Amino acid sequence: MLKMTPLNQAHRDMNAKMVDFGGWDMPLHYGSQLEEHHKVRQDAGMFDVSHMLPVDIKGENTRVFLRQLVANNVDKLSIPGKALYTCMLTPQGGIIDDLIVYFLSESWFRIVVNAGTAEKDVAWILKQRDAIAPELEVTPRRDLAMIAVQGPNARAKVWQVIPDAQAATENLKLFQSTVLSQYFIARTGYTGEDGFEIILPVDDATAFWKALHAAGVAPAGLGARDTLRLEAGMNLYGQDMDESTSPLASGLTWTVDLKSERDFIGKQALLDNPATQQLIGLVLLDRGVLRGHQTVVAQHDGNEYQGEITSGGFSPTINQSIALARIASQISIDDDVSVLVRDKKLRAKVVKYPFVRNGKALV
Amino acid sequence: MSIPTDLKYTNSHEWVKPESDGTVTIGVTHHAQELLGDMVFVELPQVGRELAQKEECAVAESVKAAADVYAPISGEVIAVNSDLESEPEKINQDSYNAWLFKLKPSNAAELDGLLDATGYQTLLENEQH
Repeated sequence: MLKMTPLNQAHRDMNAKMVDFGGWDMPLHYGSQLEEHHKVRQDAGMFDVSHMLPVDIKGENTRVFLRQLVANNVDKLSIPGKALYTCMLTPQGGIIDDLIVYFLSESWFRIVVNAGTAEKDVAWILKQRDAIAPELEVTPRRDLAMIAVQGPNARAKVWQVIPDAQAATENLKLFQSTVLSQYFIARTGYTGEDGFEIILPVDDATAFWKALHAAGVAPAGLGARDTLRLEAGMNLYGQDMDESTSPLASGLTWTVDLKSERDFIGKQALLDNPATQQLIGLVLLDRGVLRGHQTVVAQHDGNEYQGEITSGGFSPTINQSIALARIASQISIDDDVSVLVRDKKLRAKVVKYPFVRNGKALV
Repeated sequence: MSIPTDLKYTNSHEWVKPESDGTVTIGVTHHAQELLGDMVFVELPQVGRELAQKEECAVAESVKAAADVYAPISGEVIAVNSDLESEPEKINQDSYNAWLFKLKPSNAAELDGLLDATGYQTLLENEQH
């Protein structure tokens, strides 16, 4: 039996093509994935991300606990409402999950974790809580739904739908959030566009979804979500990284704080094992489509290196195929590489990513 | 969408149109494009290539996946629809007119082994269960 979000019927009413996504019955698209992609880049689209799980952590020592639990430094969160992207690591330095930590008050932090990892994440967090700060309250919030509204016009359309939202949120900077009556509104996302991720009670989700639709926000499925996040150069857990990979080899060194004296789970392993691999961006020069698990062959200083595409696909904004690939750290921007696609060796270029930001191609 | 009755079909979702000059035109069905989603890339066979029946000879890639296209019958490739290389979305828009390639059959009797519209309809119904 597939799990359903509170918007399941709303998706079906909008003729969504539904797919099994890690045990969840989710919309892949509502007719055309490409149109949904362009709508988000050019106007506004909305995604049901209620399969993701908000977890509230409450109590006096929440910050102390999070300092140890996650690899990024929650001491960067000084203003209430501020958000932080981070990995949660195993003691061996592998990535248990990537997540966002929202700082609401010294006694209330909210984290949002991936759907596929939610159960193991909660089990891990509870185990660490029991060891480090047993007085903290850890509450998975399946009573909440989550809708991401993304695109250059996303914020303005949300303001049309939620009374008073404009006054409450127009001064939010990127990665800031606020609470407005039953809505938790964060200026975050997974598309490379401006917009909000909005967490709200399950019972309000369908009416809110329909009101956004009436305001001209296009429903967008997991298909467009994947091409948008790939263009934005954002990792997908389970594909670009997992418990066997280090954040240092996953393009996430910027999220890991190894400088402060703070100890965190996985820190020693990262210090002991500097990365020998990296994630690179690829743009395909020949005709074709890059896909996950294809082999990348690169030459550098007379040596040959082999790597593997972790996420690949067609970029609707650039109109070429792009990919993220894991390969030896020696390979650098502008190196020429080839990718084995079926029986062919196609030429690709190593580029700095993101590939697309705020509607514009960067490569 | 109804299945055109003047075409033949394969289990792998190609359609085959027997032309009056004895050649055949080949494409992928409406159902195939629906399963794949928005098409973004098509690789066509070389004109002049001799194909065996069921040989992989073209690739249709969507935003979601790559699908091999198989020769429904054996024969020589006599034309390809290179418009699809720049406009693969035509397969989504009108799959029964967006042909991929044409063959000169080497054994026209193989056409008799293909499905007719009713047989293809039955195949689709069985796939859904």
